[in-house]
Amino acid sequence: MKEITLKAELTRLDEVIEFLNKELEAENCSMFTILQMDIAVEELFVNIANYAYDPEEGAVTIQVVFEDDMVHVIFIDSGKPYNPWEKKDPDTTLNAEERTVGGLGIYMVKKSMNYVDYSYEDGKNILTIKKNIREDV
Amino acid sequence: MEIITTRDNDIITISVEGRVDTNTSPQLQDAILKSFQKVNQVVLDFEKCAYVSSAGLRALLIGQKTANSKKGVMKLVHVPEILMSVLQVSGFINILTIE
Repeated sequence: MKEITLKAELTRLDEVIEFLNKELEAENCSMFTILQMDIAVEELFVNIANYAYDPEEGAVTIQVVFEDDMVHVIFIDSGKPYNPWEKKDPDTTLNAEERTVGGLGIYMVKKSMNYVDYSYEDGKNILTIKKNIREDV
Repeated sequence: MEIITTRDNDIITISVEGRVDTNTSPQLQDAILKSFQKVNQVVLDFEKCAYVSSAGLRALLIGQKTANSKKGVMKLVHVPEILMSVLQVSGFINILTIE
């Protein structure tokens, strides 16, 4: 298991993605898998950076685990309890005028991962995403 | 991310190089909106772009809405295959004009 702990703020996004990609590349993940993982991790990190501690500041720990053909990424923060998976999915059949900008990112994470989970334990948000890195979904 | 804007009469082409993410997408959105203040046709060249996060998609949606309200055209060209799948999942493939 590899992990990184840093201040949950947008200026640290590049570091998070670099950390993730180094691990994914070491496992010979496809470009497409890396793209989907980057989009998912960016979305979840940005959510935590924007909302978890607002207006205070705090840290987030991101763990990467490879198990069988799956990569697990786990986000742990001590901010406000928030389950992003409860967010309503956007209607992707609407036209540009009817579409709104909200909810899209979380929806894309759900669509591209094999498994997502949320729990709140001991004052911590624990967000988990899992993806099979040997098949493109 | 780098953005190069070129104008050819009534068409502005915005070439996007690098990653369009949470931190860089405001720059792209700004370039699109400024272009629509000058012309009605904006071409976005994605040949050298391999990453668009949901923040980037939001910038494109705002661009498309602006184009519609101006009765203009926003067109994406040279979109790499890997990004087409992102546009597909998000349903943006039906909203945007892609060549």
